[in-house]
Amino acid sequence: MSDWPRVRLHVVTGKGGTGKSTVSAALALALATRGKNVLLCEVEGRQGIARMFDVDPLPYSERRLTTGLPLDDERPGVVHALHIDAESALLEYLAMYYKLGRAGRALDKVGVVEFATTIAPGVRDVLLTGKVFEAVQRNSRNKGAIEYDAVVLDAPPTGRITQFLNVSNELAGLAKVGPVKSQADTMMTLFRSPRTAVHLVTVLEEMPVQETADGIADLHDNDLPVGGVVVNLVRPQELTPDQLASTDPAVVAADLKGVGLDPAESLVEGLVAEGREHAERRALEHDQRALVGALGVPTYELPRLARGVDLGALYELAGLLRTQGLA
Amino acid sequence: MAARTTSRPGDRSSARTRVGPAGPAADPLDIDGLLDDRSVGIIVCCGSGGVGKTTTSAALALRAAERGRRVVVLTIDPARRLAQSMGIAALDNTPRPVSSVDTSAGGSLDAMMLDMKRTFDEVVEAQASPEKARAILENPFYVTLSSSFAGTQEYMAMEKLGQIRADAQRDGTYDLIVVDTPPSRSALDFLDAPERLSRFLDGRFIKLMLAPAKGPARIVSAGFGLITNALTRILGAQVLRDLQTFVAAIDTVFGGFRQRAMKTYALLQADGTAFLVVASPEPAALREAAYFVERLSEDRMPLAGLVVNRSSPVPQGDLSADEAMAAAERLRAQDPTSLTAGLLRLHADQTRLVEREGALRAGFARAHPQVATTLVPALAADVHDLRGLRRIGELLATRVDET
Repeated sequence: MSDWPRVRLHVVTGKGGTGKSTVSAALALALATRGKNVLLCEVEGRQGIARMFDVDPLPYSERRLTTGLPLDDERPGVVHALHIDAESALLEYLAMYYKLGRAGRALDKVGVVEFATTIAPGVRDVLLTGKVFEAVQRNSRNKGAIEYDAVVLDAPPTGRITQFLNVSNELAGLAKVGPVKSQADTMMTLFRSPRTAVHLVTVLEEMPVQETADGIADLHDNDLPVGGVVVNLVRPQELTPDQLASTDPAVVAADLKGVGLDPAESLVEGLVAEGREHAERRALEHDQRALVGALGVPTYELPRLARGVDLGALYELAGLLRTQGLA
Repeated sequence: MAARTTSRPGDRSSARTRVGPAGPAADPLDIDGLLDDRSVGIIVCCGSGGVGKTTTSAALALRAAERGRRVVVLTIDPARRLAQSMGIAALDNTPRPVSSVDTSAGGSLDAMMLDMKRTFDEVVEAQASPEKARAILENPFYVTLSSSFAGTQEYMAMEKLGQIRADAQRDGTYDLIVVDTPPSRSALDFLDAPERLSRFLDGRFIKLMLAPAKGPARIVSAGFGLITNALTRILGAQVLRDLQTFVAAIDTVFGGFRQRAMKTYALLQADGTAFLVVASPEPAALREAAYFVERLSEDRMPLAGLVVNRSSPVPQGDLSADEAMAAAERLRAQDPTSLTAGLLRLHADQTRLVEREGALRAGFARAHPQVATTLVPALAADVHDLRGLRRIGELLATRVDET
């Protein structure tokens, strides 16, 4: 059973290097079960989705990516992907709401579009989140458009997430009234509602955990709904700390000999040293895990996969998120 | 095959952790040679977020200082405890001496944290009359522009670098400046700053915005009406007026901006500058690193080399991952709780990780054979004091033989 049954918009953030794109992709696969359709969006221009799923770079239009995690022999849903760039979003927005026609092209020609998307502060974020909003809010009145049961946003990093979602605040200094302002306010209503959850991805290291705690506090201060914390890249947990503390080289040597390996001193010493190092890191991870546990939000754990993250690994991680209840 | 360390396990202080197995080995990057080279006056560290750029910059600065250079390190967003230990907890745009640095070689270390908005304000104040400067600083467009203009942080880091460099040359305060760059989706945005400013300045948009302020109604073309009407519909009249005031006010200042940006650009290209690209052995980070390397060479920026942080240490013994897994399975069949089986699985896991990282770096080296590289092994704990930075400095300077 999912911990987040009412959520339509899953925003995934995290410090750089913690694997938030991987988690976003796995979450999208996990949500797309039993015929449910999911849209996976990226906004940072990295084409990370295309790389993870090994497809051509994504255009500014929704592409069918793959099917979701199969569950109990039922037909899985479909994952679509969308790469949102601010320029295309602005042109689409102008065409859709203002029916500008010739004026829209004129704006582009004189550099208004470039100004708005690269130089004008805040506007960029409003355009990116605006497109996400549109995808979440769709209903049967939007003819020809795909309706989604859930949207997963691979969002900017933790340090920027509150600013990114707080669109009406970003515009407050610029547009106090006017159409742009009222649209931003409508978007805020969704982002602050229980239909949105901001999940934070971390690894069990000091700085990312600290940043996660700061990020949660920041989201709370701005009335944005905090989802779960996904602890990523967790080391193998097979051995207990007690076992690791009581490693006896003589026993290891005997065991190796027993299965036909040459118990050379260098091998035995190496294994014992690796075990000791592993124990040291596990102890540090343990402390950080306690800090994550004290954050007061549901947590989910994903293992570090030595082979790296390929498509198969994404399904494996999706399965783990599903069993733990993120999806 | 990977070189193996001969030091005894547990003897951590002298152990030279070897990282990474075979593949086309990149030339080793001689960090001490770089730090000792008196003709190098600026080292810029760039790379994607989360790869340890700030720590690397601080460690390089400390090592250079303790080898006799008079160094200032310009950081963007250090971890709180690291900042505290360096005495730069306050963000005030002023370099402060770092205490407990070994100055016996005649060097010194100052550190400062960049206040982006303050730097931007200072540039405006330096370029415009007090009256005009006030008008700009109070304009709502400026207020948000100075904190979230795409590339502002990058550009301001370079602006501050130019200032410190000029001061240092005048007063003889520093002979080496180490710069940390902000983590952003395009950390090299500062390279584009001069061009972007020029394009913006010379663009038709500015001219259109300035038209009503400057001229009689006759130069206002039909096209202009079309555009302002569209903008008014979208933004509202008030926003458009603010925008016009802002553009008019900043127009004179931008000329100065452009000039300064060009000067800083030239300074970065000069021989006294060295760029270091920082990465971790992950596909995304190395892809970004490749982009930086290509971009820097396109712009003829002097690249010193690549630092690969967080590299996994090569396990001892020549047991392959498959052999270890097979042995672990056999042991587990006899005793499901076997500790040795667990150790063997750890070994297999570690070996696979190292092989994967090695393959990733080999791929990078094949595409960029000219880039000298140094590897820094992953440390168990975060670095938050000078001792930790010194250790990182040693590891940075340790040449890894990948033969």
